[in-house]
Amino acid sequence: MTLPAADILAILPELIVMGAACLILVLDPITPVSRKEWLAWIGLGALAVCAGVTASQMGVRVMAFSDLVIIDPYASFWKLLLYLVSGLTILLSLAYLKEEAMHLAEYYGFLLLSLVGMMVMVSAADLLTIYLGTELMSLSLYVLAGIKRAEGRSLEASAKYFVLGAFSSGILLYGISLLFGITGSTRLSAITAAVHTRSLDDPTLLLALILLVVGFGFKIAAVPFHMWTPDVYEGSPTSVTAFMAVAAKAASFGAFMRVFLEGLGGLKANWHGLFLIVCVATLILGNVVAIVQTNIKRMLAYSSIAHAGYALIGVVVAGHATASSEIRSLGLSSVMLYLAIYSFMTLGAFAVVALLRKGGLEGEEIEDYTGLAKRQPVAAFLMLVFMVSLAGIPPTAGFIGKFYLFMGAVRAGLTWLAVVALLFAAVSAYYYLRVVMVMYMREPEASVTVLPRLLVSPPLAIVLACALAGVGFFGLYPDPLVALAQHAILALK
Amino acid sequence: MSHLFFLYFAGVIVATSILVVALRNPVYSALSLLIMFFHVAGLYVTLHAEFLAAVQIIVYAGAILVLYLFVVMLLNVKRDERYHVQAPAAAFLGLVLLTEVVLLVSQRAYQTAPAGLPAADQAGNTETIGEVLYSTYLFPFEVASLILLVAMIGAIILAKKNIDEC
Repeated sequence: MTLPAADILAILPELIVMGAACLILVLDPITPVSRKEWLAWIGLGALAVCAGVTASQMGVRVMAFSDLVIIDPYASFWKLLLYLVSGLTILLSLAYLKEEAMHLAEYYGFLLLSLVGMMVMVSAADLLTIYLGTELMSLSLYVLAGIKRAEGRSLEASAKYFVLGAFSSGILLYGISLLFGITGSTRLSAITAAVHTRSLDDPTLLLALILLVVGFGFKIAAVPFHMWTPDVYEGSPTSVTAFMAVAAKAASFGAFMRVFLEGLGGLKANWHGLFLIVCVATLILGNVVAIVQTNIKRMLAYSSIAHAGYALIGVVVAGHATASSEIRSLGLSSVMLYLAIYSFMTLGAFAVVALLRKGGLEGEEIEDYTGLAKRQPVAAFLMLVFMVSLAGIPPTAGFIGKFYLFMGAVRAGLTWLAVVALLFAAVSAYYYLRVVMVMYMREPEASVTVLPRLLVSPPLAIVLACALAGVGFFGLYPDPLVALAQHAILALK
Repeated sequence: MSHLFFLYFAGVIVATSILVVALRNPVYSALSLLIMFFHVAGLYVTLHAEFLAAVQIIVYAGAILVLYLFVVMLLNVKRDERYHVQAPAAAFLGLVLLTEVVLLVSQRAYQTAPAGLPAADQAGNTETIGEVLYSTYLFPFEVASLILLVAMIGAIILAKKNIDEC
């Protein structure tokens, strides 16, 4: 057995992140508690190196490991986004873990191993490899969700996530095995070829397709496979929730679009309708149920469900029967654009949630934000920006993301879908702006004995500054991000 | 002859699978699961996948099921009535799914046989699998090893009694 150096070079970023994770896990027991934070910096350093390597791979398109791994601009786009999100999550965790008195450097190890799983997902050209990447990502997330062991909610979140996640993995694997039985291969290129030669309405193919949609639908938290999201997001430590809501969703979308548009693109007449139903259901349920939430983490969980619905519009557009290749690439690039923008605003919102403390506990109820503008004008302003952006109001980046998605829908002839999405975007403004209203319009109640306070630290300030810069900059000048997404999409035929 | 074997194995698998969920004593459920595992292994043997059959017995029957029984006995779960409340809903959903699958499959019979794989039993089953695993499928194989690492450390983190919080 010989390993060509080219193969190793192709997966260098994965190897670096994995190496950093293992180094952290090994160094953890021999590091005194006061220095455990240094281990987080190992992870950040590794991410910086990886970002450089991946950026240099941006223009290439190579296959490695007997065509199981593909390095193309599409994969590199998602990887760069994932590095950014992971780096910001590590910075956020530095302050958060200290406040929660969790001195577990394994936390960073699992974060990085989860990232390896996501990287494998987005750059795999083979269903089996995608499945294994998904498992690596999810298994690390199950542990991270339950890492706050002293708290029952955290353990409950971990257990629920694990049971439902294992169930959905089984369904995904069943779909993959049926597809393997029909086409004789798990490689996406071979599946594409086999699908072309077989008739479209093969019932087994249809069944495999449905099972794949269910499996991936669970990972991106689309209705009706979203049941786990609110409980898991509420119970997990806030920094982990931010990571799950952003990175796991982005990676799942990356793998999902590659499987359906590249591998099963020939079957789009079959899956298009299915996605349309899921997309509309997700938009409706996510936005309507978010209205009645009183816990801000639960509200953000439903909002993340709703945002998966918006992103699905782009997939529906790309899979529309009459879509020309121009509209298809518009649909795809708008999904990538949307998820990149979504990452900034959601990460920012969760960072503010992590920031707010009520005594020694987290301030999670929306009521805790009462009169925040009077006491902490900066934090209130940041939250205002993120909420406005999540609602999609100009001049923030959230508006740009929605604008491209809706434009794609209109140009593909799905105007009614754009109208429905717009209606529910208006509904969403209600619950986002309610937080703003509570912060700015209400006086702090005198009867409250424990006043919420802020946890301020330099790493958190960096996270908030990055998120704010992203939301503000791309809201006014989205061209670089749009160009990057359009460059990345070219790889998909 | 091979049809006869298939019918026997498949019949027992279906029957014992139903027993796994229908029996109310968890230990009986686990034991019917054991019988099912052995018959799945038998099915693999009729397909000339000897290695898979051996792995099925060693891993599933030998390791996973024993672990499962340990948990059942340690927790002393005798009868659990809680979940049987959901039985009507589950039966309804199962019926819907079953009709869907039957409809899909009966709609059109398989015109072409499922795509086969190149005959792998020239050099012996186990040898071929080993070779493929370490050459073609090296990358996913290594990813799987990472998954095991995460599972191992994760179990320690979540279950260890006192991680020194210091």
